[in-house]
Amino acid sequence: MRKQLSNWGNYPALDCDESSFSQEDQLLQYVNTHDHMIARGNGRCYGDASLGEHSISTLRYDKVLSFDIKAGIFECQSGVTLDQVLEIIVRDGWFLPVTPGTKFITVGGAVASDVHGKNHHAEGSFSNHVISMEVLTGKGYVTCSPDQDSDLFWATCGGMGLTGVITKVKFRLKKIETAYIKQKQIKAENLDDILRLFDEYRHYTYSMAWIDCLQKGKSFGRSILIVGEHAKKEELNSKQVRFPLELPEKLKLTVPFNLPSFVLNNFTVKAFNALYYAKNFKKEINNVVPYEPFFYPLDAIHHWNRGYGKQGFVQYQFVLPIDRKEGLAAILRRISEKGWGSFLAVLKVFGKQDDLISFPMEGYTLALDFPVRKGLFPFLDELDAMVLAYGGRLYLSKDARMQQEVFWKSYPNAAKFADIVKTYNPGGKFRSVQSDRLGINNYELAITNYE
Amino acid sequence: MIPTVLILGAGSDMAVAIARKYASESYAIQLAARRPEQLHALQQDLQIRHNTTATTHAFDATDFDSHAAFYQSLPVKPEIVICVFGYLGDQEKGQRDWQEASRILHTNYTGAVSILNVVAEDMAARKSGTIIGISSVAGERGRMSNYLYGSAKAGFTAYLSGLRNRLFHTGVHVMSVQPGFVNTRMTENLSLPPLLTAQPEQVAKDVFKAAAKKKNVIYTKWFWRYIMLIIRNIPEFIFKKLKL
Repeated sequence: MRKQLSNWGNYPALDCDESSFSQEDQLLQYVNTHDHMIARGNGRCYGDASLGEHSISTLRYDKVLSFDIKAGIFECQSGVTLDQVLEIIVRDGWFLPVTPGTKFITVGGAVASDVHGKNHHAEGSFSNHVISMEVLTGKGYVTCSPDQDSDLFWATCGGMGLTGVITKVKFRLKKIETAYIKQKQIKAENLDDILRLFDEYRHYTYSMAWIDCLQKGKSFGRSILIVGEHAKKEELNSKQVRFPLELPEKLKLTVPFNLPSFVLNNFTVKAFNALYYAKNFKKEINNVVPYEPFFYPLDAIHHWNRGYGKQGFVQYQFVLPIDRKEGLAAILRRISEKGWGSFLAVLKVFGKQDDLISFPMEGYTLALDFPVRKGLFPFLDELDAMVLAYGGRLYLSKDARMQQEVFWKSYPNAAKFADIVKTYNPGGKFRSVQSDRLGINNYELAITNYE
Repeated sequence: MIPTVLILGAGSDMAVAIARKYASESYAIQLAARRPEQLHALQQDLQIRHNTTATTHAFDATDFDSHAAFYQSLPVKPEIVICVFGYLGDQEKGQRDWQEASRILHTNYTGAVSILNVVAEDMAARKSGTIIGISSVAGERGRMSNYLYGSAKAGFTAYLSGLRNRLFHTGVHVMSVQPGFVNTRMTENLSLPPLLTAQPEQVAKDVFKAAAKKKNVIYTKWFWRYIMLIIRNIPEFIFKKLKL
């Protein structure tokens, strides 16, 4: 049925035809009789990557197929969400190998976006833990892995659904003793300080920082570094240790309708300041917390995206190579001068990643929200030019507006990727508003222009 | 002894939600549908998510002659039988094409009567059990847009009410479920008003809770009881002029 669809940023909102499937043959029949389609999971990418003329929802394709409790190997259909996976695996002492900042994404989406988490520097992105998967390509169902049809495998990890519909995924889990995280929060006075702290604490499995984008002068880049490890049993307190693998209670807060964007900003300003200036917050806080608030602080507020109002927002996430620290400062300064972004940004250091088309590369990644307003896109183009000049790139799962040129110039394997897409998706059957915008399905033209 | 639920028509979204709900409440699940090979994923899913046993069985609602043998072949006789299968069909096609019309009638009415007759005999003899029939508010008044489906569901609703009356005296409980709009694959091409539309998980929760309390007739979402009260009471000379 045709309806207005938008992803998490509520921008863009487009008229799409959405259908679903719960059996393989239903999907096959749909794909054989339609053109211009793109798979869509739980709609948690931010921009237009899963919007298209026809969007195929995977949410009813949500069966768990196998779970080897001894070896920690999990296999499911692509519409299963990470929160469902957690509900099954945590009680048996397993955890997701990689998780983004929300658990409300599907496993298919995790592969298509090749999501990263706070442990990227230590454990890589999601694809690093995928054993094999099944994709309905333009040439039928294909099972691929790093050893079998590996070109398809690597073009599908981070490939934004352009090789076809990811249908089944088998991946490795991570052993845990408890459902708790031993966390450390450290105050950083400024940008140099926080980058130094990241380095000092790089041996921690999980790390990220909240950075205050409004500060200027000597507090420019003031932030809080949060690092953590899965807690061992002996690190729990007497109450926690009674049910070490118990799942946290479900939270019930929700933003029922769109709010003007200052509401959310005020909320985050207060939350950050409360933490930063808390009397008991000396330089460092150490505590043991359930995994939920550590990994998914924003999941506690359902529909927090409505906090940016009806016109929506764009989340801007870029990565710069590790030796271009000065670029990070320059871009952050430009953002803070303009004052249009969210008050808080997330800063994280990525480790090495050497694959085809995924976003992460060894370096610094910064993410923040920009409510859609007049003049925003020219400003973001200006930031893109800076990112490009410092050798960085933008995250396709957040993108809703990047110019074609930026993509082709910043992803070194873009042409190789587009070539594999063409092999498995001849005629560009699988295409999204984003892939049309970036010219991925029509790459011969795009390459001649930008190479 | 773990109680067992038999789900007839286990392939639909509503059936998946109901199976998951009962599995999460520690019931063993028997999944029955025309193509049991398509139930294997759901079978695994229920066993892994909810640590229960699930089995799959071939059952064709419109192959009436096979129903007795199907029920005989079940390894365990279920405590609860939930009749979920249904076929919305294409009203306009059914007006011209008897095959479509008869498929709508036979799936939603005749098939349900045929299998539940068999189940009822067994439960009456055992003097225990619960039969749950998923009917539809569409059966409460015929409308131009779906009266073939609606009339079959009306027949099913009347059947359930009679069966409830009969089996009450043997200690068997019969519950009728009248869902309003439900967001499933069957309805994804209809434009349903979001506020009036239930998710299958909500229906499953309502069914489980009401069956545990031995309710007779439930509406889900609950306010459909009142919507239908109004719709049933519109005088016919007005109703016939509406384009519903």
